[in-house]
Amino acid sequence: MALLEIKNLHASVAGKAILKGITLALEPGTVHAIMGPNGTGKSTLSNVIAGREGYDVTEGEVLLDGKNVLAMSADERARAGIFLAFQYPVEIPGVTTSAFLKTALNAKRRAEGKTEVDAMEFLKLVKAKTAALGMPYDMIKRALNVGFSGGEKKRAEVLQMTLLEPRLAILDETDSGLDIDALKVVSEGVNSLRAPDRAFLVITHYQRLLDYIVPDHVHVLAHGRIAASGGKELAVELEAEGYAKYLDAAA
Amino acid sequence: MAATRETAAAVRDVEQYKYGFVTDIESDMAPLGLNEGIIRFISAKKGEPEWMLEWRLKAYRYWLTLTDEEPAWAKLKFPKIDFQASHYYAAPKQAPALTSLDEVDPKLLETYKKLGIPLLEQQILAGVAVDAVFDSVSVATTYKKKLQELGVIFAPFSEAVHKHPELVKKYLGSVVPYSDNFYATLNSAVFTDGSFVYIPKGLRCPMELSTYFRINERNTGQFERTLIIADEGSYVSYLEGCTAPQRDENQLHAAVVELVALDNAEIKYSTVQNWYPGDADGKGGIYNFVTKRGACRGKNSKIMWTQVETGSAITWKYPSCILQGDNSVGEFYSVAITNNRQQADTGTKMIHLGRNTRSKIISKGISAGHADNTYRGLVRIGVKADRARNYTQCDSLLIGSTCGAHTVPYIENRNPTALTEHEATTSKISEDQLFYCRQRGMSQEEAVSLIVNGFCRDVLQTLPMEFAVEAQKLVGISLEGSVG
Repeated sequence: MALLEIKNLHASVAGKAILKGITLALEPGTVHAIMGPNGTGKSTLSNVIAGREGYDVTEGEVLLDGKNVLAMSADERARAGIFLAFQYPVEIPGVTTSAFLKTALNAKRRAEGKTEVDAMEFLKLVKAKTAALGMPYDMIKRALNVGFSGGEKKRAEVLQMTLLEPRLAILDETDSGLDIDALKVVSEGVNSLRAPDRAFLVITHYQRLLDYIVPDHVHVLAHGRIAASGGKELAVELEAEGYAKYLDAAA
Repeated sequence: MAATRETAAAVRDVEQYKYGFVTDIESDMAPLGLNEGIIRFISAKKGEPEWMLEWRLKAYRYWLTLTDEEPAWAKLKFPKIDFQASHYYAAPKQAPALTSLDEVDPKLLETYKKLGIPLLEQQILAGVAVDAVFDSVSVATTYKKKLQELGVIFAPFSEAVHKHPELVKKYLGSVVPYSDNFYATLNSAVFTDGSFVYIPKGLRCPMELSTYFRINERNTGQFERTLIIADEGSYVSYLEGCTAPQRDENQLHAAVVELVALDNAEIKYSTVQNWYPGDADGKGGIYNFVTKRGACRGKNSKIMWTQVETGSAITWKYPSCILQGDNSVGEFYSVAITNNRQQADTGTKMIHLGRNTRSKIISKGISAGHADNTYRGLVRIGVKADRARNYTQCDSLLIGSTCGAHTVPYIENRNPTALTEHEATTSKISEDQLFYCRQRGMSQEEAVSLIVNGFCRDVLQTLPMEFAVEAQKLVGISLEGSVG
């Protein structure tokens, strides 16, 4: 059974159709990249899967391990194992990264019927994870994303992902606003999380990110539909030739 | 943050206001209404000396001249209070003069246990001495003996009148005179109990002192009076907590707190106010009209107010500092949360009189539902207050689109060498923040509680450890149902 199955998904925002019939299956252990120009529905797709309000699903299904995702609230989806790494991580003044992470981790552990981690266990865990990601431990003492550089924000997203160990990780334009060094660090973090029971949906504009996070499958999204699918070589082709032919074909 | 989870759990488990129960205990009550006879009745009940009665009567007679002079400048709407419709004295019937806590009525011990305030010393919070005030009387004071050995006086006010008349006479009304304002004058006439604290010279009081106020009887007002004196070079941290039963009618609470810090002394005064706020439609709840003021009388003295105001239908309260001594410091940290139909008009006054006096004001107002939340503050710098400094920061957080946040700061500066700063922000909990938290698995309640606790962090951090966690939980509970 596919880990994530998207069947004929249609979604609109304020009455305007954005997704017009997306069908996609992610097997466990695979990395799928969704590429496409701006305004074709890439972010809409990630928001609809994660359950953000303001999107109307007019047709189709999204199943995680066979369960109907669309019937769940955003937090239920998260606890079921869907993780969205945000394009623009949100600042929460006064809430330390550490407090945020611990609350999130324990919400998930409760849902799984596990005992919550206490302060000591938590700090030990975070220490290990930050070290593994080559991140400064002191970062967790700062207010979440407040005053973080672009690179720090994305690294914090990867740290969250590492702690929450999702079934499905969606990376929404994770490469935007990153210089090459930060891109490498973030990619290494993501690669270290690749696992046989986990799938990734990497949404990106540029092929550059896919040099570091090498996908198993590449899909081109144009005008709310998947216009083409292929292996990693498709990304290279797109980089050389651009999206024009898919946009024309789909239109 | 474990507190946020506990908050969510608490919200699931109990109704919103979990202190709304009534203790079924026989009370000794004054007849309804207010007149000179009632004041004599209260004074007689307490067996007060003549001078105390005279002071009350002086206040009462002055109050009579204030008819229709309730302060009307606050941004608060409520029907005119009928001061004849309350009982001004209510006390659980019990043989007087307890020699030990074991003699306290088990029903009262049970009440305080339910409120999370154990009064038996073997169960008590380590390092916190508690005075428990039930309606008009103090029912128990813990750790009295231990404090006595150190020379600390921590006693019900009515007991201090008998045992330490020289101190009471010297300081009572010296910070908040009986003629100060309508509610303070009323309090001076009818006050019933409260705590009296004296910290001797040079002593750093080794435990937190705490008073727990509980209104129980129907149609009673609670008018407590607290007086804290920190003698030269001493330090004390004091905390008060308040709850009341859930009732449909409004009840009046008009307290007066006076603090006096002498040379090099420091007083830290923290309040967690959780009086019954009324229901979602604004029915019932406590009217909380409180005058709190501290005098930094000595040089290098310091007074620090921290308040977490989550309860009451109406809050009218401005804990203030008079910075008389040179180099004295006043600080005010406030979190005021209003939900549903609650109204709060609260802030502080920092009156700089001495040289090099410094004050700091950090106010966090959170408004949800149909509530109105006003910060009102005055920073006054006198002619002689050379190089006085003030820093004020007022932040308001709005939850939803039907509530209000208002900031009314006054700065009066009469000294050209003084420096004042004022910063203010108003923000909303954004959909983006909520979605971000929920995408990480937190429920709506957990997310709101986490975000609001972050917003208040600077203030909550100033609370004594034992109460910070409690306050964090309260923040979450009082905002239950405010989003979505």
